[in-house]
Amino acid sequence: MHAAKHTLSPSLPAEPRLAGDLAIWIFILAELLAFGLFFAAYAFARAHDPALFAPEQEALNRNAGAINTALLLTASYFVVRAVHAAEAGRGRQGARWLLAALGCAGGFVVIKLAEYVAAFNAGISLSSSTFHMFYLSLTFFHFMHVLLGMVILGALWLNARRGRYGPRDMNGIESGAAYWHMVDLVWLVLFPLVYVIR
Amino acid sequence: MKYQSQAVALPYFVAAIGLFVGQILFGLVMGLQYVVGDFLFPEIPFNVARMVHTNLLIVWLLFGFMGAAYYLVPEESETELYCPRLALALFWVFLAAGALTILGYLLVDYATLAKYTGNDVLATMGREFLEQPLLTKIGIVVVALAFLFNITMTVLKGRKTSITVVLLLGLWGLAIFFLFSFYNPTNLVLDKFYWWWVVHLWVEGVWELIMAALLAFVLIKVTGVDREVIDKWLYVIIALALVTGIIGTGHHYYWIGAPGYWQWWGSIFSALEPIPFFAMTVFAFNMVNRRRREHPNKAAVLWALGTGVMAFLGAGVWGFLHTLAPVNYYTHGSQITAAHGHMAFYGAYVMVVITIISYAMPILRGRACNSRKAQVLEMWSFWLMTIAMVFITLFLTAAGILQVWLQRISDSPMPFMAVQGQVSLFYWLREISGVIFLIGLIAYLVSFFVKDGDKPATT
Repeated sequence: MHAAKHTLSPSLPAEPRLAGDLAIWIFILAELLAFGLFFAAYAFARAHDPALFAPEQEALNRNAGAINTALLLTASYFVVRAVHAAEAGRGRQGARWLLAALGCAGGFVVIKLAEYVAAFNAGISLSSSTFHMFYLSLTFFHFMHVLLGMVILGALWLNARRGRYGPRDMNGIESGAAYWHMVDLVWLVLFPLVYVIR
Repeated sequence: MKYQSQAVALPYFVAAIGLFVGQILFGLVMGLQYVVGDFLFPEIPFNVARMVHTNLLIVWLLFGFMGAAYYLVPEESETELYCPRLALALFWVFLAAGALTILGYLLVDYATLAKYTGNDVLATMGREFLEQPLLTKIGIVVVALAFLFNITMTVLKGRKTSITVVLLLGLWGLAIFFLFSFYNPTNLVLDKFYWWWVVHLWVEGVWELIMAALLAFVLIKVTGVDREVIDKWLYVIIALALVTGIIGTGHHYYWIGAPGYWQWWGSIFSALEPIPFFAMTVFAFNMVNRRRREHPNKAAVLWALGTGVMAFLGAGVWGFLHTLAPVNYYTHGSQITAAHGHMAFYGAYVMVVITIISYAMPILRGRACNSRKAQVLEMWSFWLMTIAMVFITLFLTAAGILQVWLQRISDSPMPFMAVQGQVSLFYWLREISGVIFLIGLIAYLVSFFVKDGDKPATT
């Protein structure tokens, strides 16, 4: 995502340029604020009652969480490749990278759903304990963002296949990519916070 | 006026302003009853005055929204209204239904009204803001559906813009959520739970879409800024409004018997509700700063900017003040709620309706803008009403803080009525501010009749 390629005169230093649309960044900041508040609330509640949180945290499936982390990171890598491909004028090739990213995101969804099924079978609900409330709320809120991210990646994929993105038209793919990276970034905080740190 | 059928907006705007006057008069009656308890008793008891005050507000805002839609949609869609005669017929139906309902409140006692209007067939009455008799509620649904039919058909046959899409989304949402006023479970928790689906999802959900659409329309007209820029912001604002507003409903579920997780969900999401309002403020000022023309209707620009600021303060800041569960535990249902309600309704919905009236009314009366003298008077009315509302809010907030302290926090809590006596000074001050608001409102009314050689202001 180097701005230099877009400037007409390569000898001049590139102007700082925002990748993607300003509107999506406003939206991303609002999203991060929402997650940030949720994380802060979690930290606040946990500090009040670490003894309650510890055994229930222990019971979570950390392997599923780790695999999901790898899946989201890989998806993000594929999205980066798609953006690079579009920038290099190989937008259609980028479509394949986007499809691969969608595949990883789909894997995340499947594993997460399996986790939810196990949790519900174990009698975990929003009202069963404060930790469970946070676990379900945080992960489900994030889960919904993964689904939205997949809708966005799907739209990017359709457009990329039609050859819409290229060095002259990066706004759409960069905006969508920025959103996906936000989804990934939030998980990178959420996973250690809820699953690992004790 | 670009399209002949936009003229149907005129009676709606006139009725809106007329009912607004009624609302303020009853507000003053109530304000006085706070300190002179038997004022106008038994003719107009406090509960009736309150019902009339709040119901008139809702009805006149609905008149304003409908008038705004009839004015805006043909112009945005670049086509005449689908059926102007239907719009005019609905006006009289709605006005008659509204007037009969208010007369019913005032002339008959509430139980008798309920008996004669079919409340025993389907009990829907007796709930705050939804006090309307069954017949009136059905009337509202019929009028709303016919209105939506008319507006939707107009949009479908003409140009589709983001403004009309957002407006339609808001108006349809308004009608759909009103249907929950017919659902009245005997379980009090469930009753309250769904009651908020009307009340909250209106003012902190779909009405925000209507507000954003009206504001965007007026801003495009008075600034000449590119539609593309406004479109993008409009979508960001409504996405933020819906995400924070829908789950933010949880801030009403804290102490009513709903599950405990609502304290977290409600606190977190409603804490974010000021963001879309803030975005609207930034958006309004940004557009005006980037204006590509000097619109001669300065008063309309002032109202538009005022809407941004006051909505953020009233809905955003005063809402945040008591939205977190641990705070709300103490402040729930105190005068702090009343403070927030007053400034939020005024800043968001009253002002946006006046904004569109201010922009459209001169055009409906055959000129681009009013004379300079009329505009100056209108701007005076802006400042008088707005500053009076700021003081009403501040005095109620002070009363609320004192009330919460004396009644709920202190080591020796006092009973409700004893506390009311203690805070009466603030109620008097609020009533004086209310009188100043009325003076502002009178100035606003007079501004429609100012004749200054009838020369429109030019720049």
